[in-house]
Amino acid sequence: MSQNFRLENIGLINRDKKISFKFNGKNYFGYEGDTIASALLANGVHLIGRSFKYHRPRGFFGSGVDEPYAIVQLYRNGESIPNIKTTEQELFEGLEATSVNCWPSVNFDIGAINNFLKIFLPAGFYYKTFMWPKSFWHKVYEPFIRKAAGFGVASIKHDQERYEHKYEYCDLLITGSGPSGLASAYSAAKNGARVILAENNPRFGGSLLTSEVNIGNQTGREWAENIITELKEMPNVIVKNRSQVFGYYDHNMLVMSEKISDHLPKTKKYSPKERLWYIRAKEVVISSGSIERPLVFGNNDTPGVMLSSAAKEYLKVYGVLVGKKPLIFTNNDSGYETAIEFKKNGIDPVILDTRKDPKSEIIDEAKNLNINIKFSYVVVVAKGYKKVKSADIAKISEDKKELGTIENVNCDCICVSGFWTPTIHLASQSGNKTKFNKDIDAFVPGISKQNETTLGAANGTFTLEETLKNSFDSGYELSKKITNNDNKISFPIVVEKKSTEHDKFWCVPLPKGKTYKRFLDFQNDVAVSDVEIALKEGYRSIEHVKRYTTLGMATDQGKTSNLNGLQLVSNIENKIVPEVGHTTFRPPYTPVTIGTIVGREVGKHSRPTRKSPMHLWHEKNNAVFVDAGVWLRPRYYKQGDETLFEGSKREAKNVRANVGVCDVTTLGKIDIKGPDAAELLNRVYTNAWLKLPVGKARYGVMLREDGIVMDDGTTTRISENHYHMTTTTAQAANILSHLEYYLQIVWPELNVNVVSTTEQWAGAAIAGPKSRDLVQKLFPKIDVSNEGLPFMGYVEGELFGIHARIFRISFSGELAYEVNVESDNGNYMWEKIIEIGKEFRIQPYGTEALSTLRIEMGHVAGSELDGRTIPYDNSLEGMVSKKKDFIGKRSLNRKAFMAEDRQKVVGVVPLDKKTSIPEGSHLVKDADAKLPNPKLGYISASCWSVEYDNPFSLAIIKDGKNMIGQKLIAMSPLKNKTIPVEIVSSHYVDPKGERVRS
Amino acid sequence: MLHIKCPHCGMRSQNEFAYGGDASVKRPELNKEISDLEWDNFVYLRKSLRGKHLELWQHISGCRQWFKVQRDTATHEIFKTLKANEDI
Repeated sequence: MSQNFRLENIGLINRDKKISFKFNGKNYFGYEGDTIASALLANGVHLIGRSFKYHRPRGFFGSGVDEPYAIVQLYRNGESIPNIKTTEQELFEGLEATSVNCWPSVNFDIGAINNFLKIFLPAGFYYKTFMWPKSFWHKVYEPFIRKAAGFGVASIKHDQERYEHKYEYCDLLITGSGPSGLASAYSAAKNGARVILAENNPRFGGSLLTSEVNIGNQTGREWAENIITELKEMPNVIVKNRSQVFGYYDHNMLVMSEKISDHLPKTKKYSPKERLWYIRAKEVVISSGSIERPLVFGNNDTPGVMLSSAAKEYLKVYGVLVGKKPLIFTNNDSGYETAIEFKKNGIDPVILDTRKDPKSEIIDEAKNLNINIKFSYVVVVAKGYKKVKSADIAKISEDKKELGTIENVNCDCICVSGFWTPTIHLASQSGNKTKFNKDIDAFVPGISKQNETTLGAANGTFTLEETLKNSFDSGYELSKKITNNDNKISFPIVVEKKSTEHDKFWCVPLPKGKTYKRFLDFQNDVAVSDVEIALKEGYRSIEHVKRYTTLGMATDQGKTSNLNGLQLVSNIENKIVPEVGHTTFRPPYTPVTIGTIVGREVGKHSRPTRKSPMHLWHEKNNAVFVDAGVWLRPRYYKQGDETLFEGSKREAKNVRANVGVCDVTTLGKIDIKGPDAAELLNRVYTNAWLKLPVGKARYGVMLREDGIVMDDGTTTRISENHYHMTTTTAQAANILSHLEYYLQIVWPELNVNVVSTTEQWAGAAIAGPKSRDLVQKLFPKIDVSNEGLPFMGYVEGELFGIHARIFRISFSGELAYEVNVESDNGNYMWEKIIEIGKEFRIQPYGTEALSTLRIEMGHVAGSELDGRTIPYDNSLEGMVSKKKDFIGKRSLNRKAFMAEDRQKVVGVVPLDKKTSIPEGSHLVKDADAKLPNPKLGYISASCWSVEYDNPFSLAIIKDGKNMIGQKLIAMSPLKNKTIPVEIVSSHYVDPKGERVRS
Repeated sequence: MLHIKCPHCGMRSQNEFAYGGDASVKRPELNKEISDLEWDNFVYLRKSLRGKHLELWQHISGCRQWFKVQRDTATHEIFKTLKANEDI
């Protein structure tokens, strides 16, 4: 298609590089440097989508981040991305985009019937209509509404792109590269400050790209270009385009999304698509500029109605005419600048100025160019459905209430300017209490709460000279505070045309008998009449009006609509705008992709994976791994096509019959040293520790102060003042912090040091009746007989030249030893154990067999020590000292903890000796009792007992001590199982504990 | 994300620290007879202050020291940080 609306000699695009793209299946071309919006406008395309509620035709309204309408579904490199602003998305070769929110096509949209039914869709329509019957919501209303509403479609494919996070620190973060951003960045950088300058757009310069001004002896644009070039070369400055600072958090932490590859057809190798920056800035300069406000009149959402600043940008940056018969509708001088640009490029605009007789240099220039200007005139209604064809205009009375005779004028676009709204989002997010500036009818930042300074248009300063002066000064002052340098650069002379006051008028009254829709929020279809209804129905708070009408709640977050909404509410309520207040500004300022927020922390990268030194051996030997906290542990070692059930049974059986070896490196290990180490242990464990001899280990239980069991494990006295503590894998980090807390805060007088040695030691548990024979062969010089190394004994030795620690401790309930060597030697130790163990028929065993062994022995573990049980519940009351005090002891006197029918751990066997009981099943008396069926207890852990070859479970059950022998029902509604069971002792195998002592 | 001055390491981001509760709570001495009420107050009752709050933090991904932070719970302003053995 030809570019009928592209001018020859104006714009910043690269005409040497043509780019072809598709919109709604049709081929177009544009140039490098175009956005989708500018390229479509160059091709004369104004119809881009349909509106949210009424499915009215939608065109382009703005030229950047403020765009409320022109969003598309974008297709890039096999991915589909919803709700992309065409005004921001740069063209790349092969780009494809489609309209959102229209079916079957943008030109013929069935939903548009809503437009003719709009009388039925007023504010709060959904709340009022779909309230009842309740059961209809899920089945009828919601699916219907979902189908008819909504914008783009989120992809359900796994995102293949890479996103990154980055942390940065700086003296000054400057958000926006318009005149105030450039001046403050330049003067601060020259004074030695570390500066980050962030610009949302691909091009730096902000308003300088389109305004007719001179700075020094250069045009504004040349000045901006030179400053940027110089800044880029300075080592203390980071300059970033396509980077939006979108959130301002506590302690001057800001977040910025950098779009690195979105403008390219494909992300480059070794480069992320987008990057999230966390920036901690000593000072923040908010130089985010301002956004033009719409004027409100009948059918002001018709394609072809757009902001006058956007029309000017399309012309000056992209060389695109948004129309050839433009009507400029303004209440201030900015509209004139747009008109003058049209005129200079051979187009004759008509200006409608709501003011009666304004005088300024800009207006004089327009008059000198013979531009047709009508003062005290307004647009009453735009005519045309899919595109503006003409406009009804009229003179307006001085009190702005009466319209004169309606005249119809031909036009193909209406450029509106309702003055400027400072972009105060970041300042407000920082905690700054904004204030209302009557001169500009808008909020500006008030007193700073954090170290932030707002400059230029964002602060309501609309003249270039004042902006530059303030910004040069601020950049210098802020940097001086940080660097103590005193290098002030001289301030350039500024030439700009003076403008005069704007008109406070912004909403055109309806002619008698007419009901034209006058839109405030273009994306969510909120009209003046909707806000009027909300107020009539009693909504007063602006936050309520917002939620009831959805004003300002769309993806553009009301950048163009909020202030007009406030003005309307204040007009109707006869209040002034500051009394109405504004709704809260929250991050993100503009939509940010989930990918950017998530960064690299996806899938396996969401947390670190810890592997034991023997991991490669496990892998080579067909280990099937399981996540244990952040560790990967072998669950079982698969032989042939064995299932988990078969494999773990084989491994556990071999431990009971011969000998097995299990990687226990993951257990938490804490090294404890100091003269008061025994005293510390005595206070943190429930049992007595002062008399443990050197070379002995002891099992201990720790409580929280509330009496709940926190952790258990063995601690060994290595030497006089040196202990080695083990914790469960899951609690390792918490226990270290717990010990540090008591040592540093509660009992600082104790002379003890604690340090984690989890990663310093590799551990192997060798268990089974033949374990002694094996250990004896591993350590021929040590006597490991029952006399030489009794149960709970400890000895150090040499394992083929390697220093090793040997503990006679057992989790499996079998005769067992645990050997620790330094981590680097872990694999060597493991291979030696396997090699020497062959003659004893050794097999490695995983966590599943480990569980089986401990469950049938009745050893409690994480599933019983679940943060809800006290020692008694776990049959650990024998571990609780009556003589000494310890952490949590006082809580054990609580009534409920001492109740006669207190819950207790028991064993559970199915009557049929066949059916495994699902973990989490409830124990009840009667399977058919009236619901809710009174629950007596629950199954905490289940296994297949290899000793008796039938299922066995542990349960925690009320009045457990009196339940042994009872017949109950285990019910799992989740698994749809009802199993008759018998309650037995939790010590199912070797109840006297003879094997570990054998 | 807060910016917290560890009294031992200097300014660090919040993600290096773990919050540890009200620093004004004193654990009853060991072996001391105390009432149920006193013990329950120690274990369970905490003030939920709006405003200046003296609290414990641990520099968990740093020096592992517990220390005190005086922070405004509403504005997150940090007035002072102290070593464990220092008083405000």
